[in-house]
Order: sequence, then structure tokens, then C-alpha cells
Amino acid sequence: MKPIARPTARQGPAAPTRQRTRADTVRDAIPWTLGVPALVGALFLLVPLVGLLIRAPWRDLPSILADSQVLDALRLSLVCASAATAASVVFGVPLAWVLARSTVRGITLLRALVTLPLVLPPVVGGVALLLAFGRQGILGRLLDESTGITLPFTTAGVIVAETFVAMPFLIITVEGAFRASDRDYEEAAATLGASRLSVFRTVTIPLIAPSLLAGAVLCWARALGEFGATITFAGNFPGRTQTMPLAVYVALESNPDAAVALSLVLLVVSIAVLAGLRDRWLSTGTAP
Amino acid sequence: MRPHTGDAVGSGGHNDGADSQPADDERGGALVMSGSVQRGRFTLEADLVAAPGEVLAVLGPNGAGKTTLLRALSGLDALSNGSIALGGLILDDAATDTFVPPQRRPVGLVFENYRLFPHLDVRDNVAYAPRVQGASRRVARAAADRWLQRLDLTALAARRPHEISGGQAQKVALARALAAEPALLLLDEPLSALDAQTRLDVRTQLRGHLDQFTGPVLIITHDPLEAMIMADRLLVIENGRVVQQGTPAQVAAQPATQYVARLVGLNLYRGTLDPGTSLVCLDEAGSFTVTYNVEDLPAVTGGGSSRVQVLVGLRPSAITIHTARPAGASPRNIWKGTVAALEQLTDRVRVQVDATPPALVDVTPAAVADLGLRAGVGVWLSAKATETEAYPDPGNHRRP
Repeated sequence: MKPIARPTARQGPAAPTRQRTRADTVRDAIPWTLGVPALVGALFLLVPLVGLLIRAPWRDLPSILADSQVLDALRLSLVCASAATAASVVFGVPLAWVLARSTVRGITLLRALVTLPLVLPPVVGGVALLLAFGRQGILGRLLDESTGITLPFTTAGVIVAETFVAMPFLIITVEGAFRASDRDYEEAAATLGASRLSVFRTVTIPLIAPSLLAGAVLCWARALGEFGATITFAGNFPGRTQTMPLAVYVALESNPDAAVALSLVLLVVSIAVLAGLRDRWLSTGTAP
Repeated sequence: MRPHTGDAVGSGGHNDGADSQPADDERGGALVMSGSVQRGRFTLEADLVAAPGEVLAVLGPNGAGKTTLLRALSGLDALSNGSIALGGLILDDAATDTFVPPQRRPVGLVFENYRLFPHLDVRDNVAYAPRVQGASRRVARAAADRWLQRLDLTALAARRPHEISGGQAQKVALARALAAEPALLLLDEPLSALDAQTRLDVRTQLRGHLDQFTGPVLIITHDPLEAMIMADRLLVIENGRVVQQGTPAQVAAQPATQYVARLVGLNLYRGTLDPGTSLVCLDEAGSFTVTYNVEDLPAVTGGGSSRVQVLVGLRPSAITIHTARPAGASPRNIWKGTVAALEQLTDRVRVQVDATPPALVDVTPAAVADLGLRAGVGVWLSAKATETEAYPDPGNHRRP
């Protein structure tokens, strides 16, 4: 057999290419009982994406994306996902810190509960949000009576729904980093006169920054793709609560080309996120 | 103890006649600790005093409680009972439930692994303390620059911790601790992370920097040479107890435990002295005729014939090895044994002899050849009574 040069799977992309030896060929041989299902699985995941690229209305793309309703959906998605990420950072990072550092009884249960939205069907999340923050909801009624603010079926409602679904992604990433981070530096900071808040701000956070960034990106991507909780809690009003995924769903009936074009945009964003995470998250030691 | 120097580093530059200012009296002052620290199943009990300007080395084997002591002094751990005071300031007092947290203690700690912040360059590491204590970035960096200059580190200001050597990191860690202007300085194994050559250089420099510090300094070490060179006084800790305190010379001459004796290269025996005959009955087995200083043994001067617990120190070079029973008139100790092992030291050979009592003996390499010394050979040992010195056993550290 003619030896072929390629980077071995075990090495990173930066590893030097080396000659494939006969020993490698023998050792790395894939039995067909595993190889065939693996191939089917890979095709199943890749073919739909290829289909999206093939069916994309490349010629009309600029005009479709310039459509005001599409632009509204795009703008709304970016604004809401970013706002949800900001809210997740503001509340999620302190929560992650408490989950990682507190030794209070019941903290394990709390950790399990706050990460529940990771596995909860988003529609259920939407229903739960309606029951809590809806006009007749437990907190929603209080909010309505005291300030006149109602959340359901508003842009703010979209942000609430996206935060509910996406924040756990940030929490688990950052909590793992807090847990793994070296307390030695925090002790050193304390002996130098730093208050606990200063230590958190000047030592703890900078040291877990790569994980925080990865968690925020993951959170943002999840918020951007959020569908179930959003449509349940905030509805589907163009320009106000209709985000990209909702617009795609609606357009599929009336304007399939627009649906494909929007999907393409989301695909590009996803690939960008994946590429970003590969460098920032998967390769740094501080992240879980 | 060294005299205070005029241009004291520890007072952070504002030292014009500072000794007379009441503010300095309150900040500066002796460290007085008396109490115990519980860490898991381990308990450290320590009574110690360190005067301003004094360098106290805390010497002890691994696991003796040296680092526990530093953590208690810096406030990273609390005392389970007793108290710590620095000058007029109570840092920790279990009885009144007073506890000053580490960030509010005027205590600088240089960690064994330095713990320089990896996300900050050298200048910002040193500027860290002034910065978190409220100085503006500009003022904090200016202060850092002064410390970097004083410790000859200016060239490294823009480097990250991973870009400097161990010896440099050690100095940066010292600069960072000093920039907080502490009244007490603690160094945990300051040289242990360095290679042998760097250690020599840094040791000399470090001693120079410590000489300029006005507060008490505690250096944790397990290296007796380091302790002897850098410290004015030694405090030996074993198994969570202080077993000996004294100047390096005192400790080297009259070690109180086997650990210290081994460190300073002395044979140490414990026994009971009969002052009338100058004979010490050793606790293990055997006996020695000894010399002793009457003033060292108040029990002897008082009672006359009462027996006293003593330690007997015997230098390995004061023992002579013979292949046959030696004859002679001078009062000396002669005993028989078997060579157990030989170890080459730099310029001599240390012979370990199984005997009653056992002994380490230093001989020249030539003597090893002449006497045909090797493991298993039977030998006679002799030591002059004038070289066999008895001194009182501090005794309070005796364990079953």
C-alpha cells in the first residue's frame, strides 16, 4: 500500500504532518460494523446542511435579506440575544460563583434546579414563564399592578424567555471554571489587602475570562436560536417579538426562499460560534 | 537582632525620624503569638515572639506545621485558641472572638510558589496592593516602579510572570509583598523553588533586603544552612510543637532533638547525668563520661548530687575509629560496634556505626582505606570526655 501523509486524528491541527506507517494502518483499521453506522450518522447530520446550501436562492439573496420584515427579525434577534446574554452575565456569573464556592446545605439541589432549563422542553419553559410573569401570573400580576409593565407578548418578554433558556449554559460553563480555578491566587490577593469583592473583580474573573467568554458565546448562540419558549411566552408579532427562528417558521409557508435565506444566515452564525468556541473554549485548560 | 537602619525599606519611604512618631509605634512592633491552630486532625501549638527588625527562621521537617503557622499569622486560618498580636494591634484572639481578616492585616506574605498573578505584568503585580487599597492606577504604578527599582527589577516591569526566571519571580513576589507596606513580613520557603546556583545568589540578596525591613521577619525553611545564614534566631518546630529556640550558634552547639542534631551534623544522645561521677546513663543503652558547664545545669548547682536529664552532643569528627581496643590514659569513652554504612561527603567519609550507642563518625578517605572500613567490619570507637558535652534537656517536647 502506498503510504499517505496526513495529520493523525489524535494530534491537533497544528501538529506536524507525518508519514502514515504500516503500523498505523493496521492499528487504526475501522471494523465495518462500526464504520457503516458511523457513515450513516455522519451523512444524516451533514446532508440537510448541504441541502440548505444547494437550495439556497443565492441570486436573490441580497434582495430577500434587504426585505424590511427580514431585517426587522434579524435586528430583533441580535438585540434580544445580546440583551439576554448581558442579563445572563449580570445574574448568572454571581450565581455560578455561589454554586461553585458555597458549602451551604442544599446547594447541590439548587445547582440541579437552576440548570434544569438545559433539558426542559422550551415550550414548557414558555408555559412556566406565562404562569409566573403572565398578566394573571404570580409575579406578573404584582408587576402589572405596581408598575403597569406587562412582559408577555413584548420585546422584553422575548428577552426574558431567551434568558430563561440560555442562562444555564453560561452558568454551567462559568461554574466549572470557578470550581477548577486556583484559590491560591485569591489568597495571595487577600494578603495584599484586597477585599473579597476586589479579589473577585481583579483576580477571580480575569483568571476565568476565557471560560466566561465561552459561556457568553454559548449563551448568546442558544438565545439566538430560541423558538419554543419565545413563541409561547412572547408570541409572534413581526417587528416586536418575531425573531429569526420564528420568521423562518412563518416564511416556510408563504415564502420558502426567504425561509432558506434566513436559515442560511443562522447557519453562518452557528459556524462562526463553533469556530470561536474551538479556539476559546475547547483548547483552553481553564474551561471544563 | 540588628540595629534599625535609617533608610528603612519597611517604612515605605516616609521615614524621616519616623521612630519617634506614635503612628509608627502602633504599626510597627513585636509579633507575639501564643496559641494553637487546628487543621483537620493536625494541631499546631506555638508560643513565639519576634522583635522589630529581627529575622526569625522557622525550621522544621515537612508536615511539622510551619506553613500552618504562616497561615495563622497572615489570617488565612484562624486560631482555635490563644492570640496573635503585632505591636499594639490584636490580630486574632479566640477568647474575645477578635479576628482581623487577611486583607486588613499589615502582614506581607511571600508564598513558596510566589503566586504572582499570571494575568498581570510584573509592574501591575507589584502595584496590586496599592491599587486595591485605593490608590489611583498612576500612583500605584509609580509606587510599584519605586519598589522595582529598589529590588533591581525595573528591566522586567513589562514581563508577564511566565516570562521571568524563578529567582526573578522570587524578588517580584518580595517586591509585591513589600509594596503593601506590611509591619510583619512572612516568607514561606523563599528559596526552595530555585536551583542551587540561583539559591546562592538570591540568598545573599534576600538577606540584604531583609536587613532593611524594620518589622519582624519570619522565614519558613527546612534548610538549616538557609536558616543559619539568613536568620538572627531560629525556632524549631516538630510535630506541631516548638522544640527549640535560640541563636543559630546555640542551636548548632546544643541541638534539642534528633532532627536538629541531624541537620547540624551532630550525634545526639539523651540520658541522666550523675554530677558526682560526670557519668551519663543513656536512655537507650550505654553510658558516657562527659564534661558539662555547671552554670548550664542549675539543678546540679542547687542539689549537688541530684540526677538531671541531659542531652549529650558529640561531633562526628570528635570520634575516632580503631580496629582494635585503644589503650590510653586520658578520660574518654570507648565502645565497640559494627560498620553499617559509609557515605561520601565532600571532603570526608561519614561512617555509620551500629553500636551501643550508635554513632556517625567522620573520617578521611585515606583512613577508610587504612582501616579497611566497609559494612560489617567490627570497630572500636573512642571519644574524649572533653569533646562529649552534656547540656540540659529542654524536655517539654518529649513524646512516647
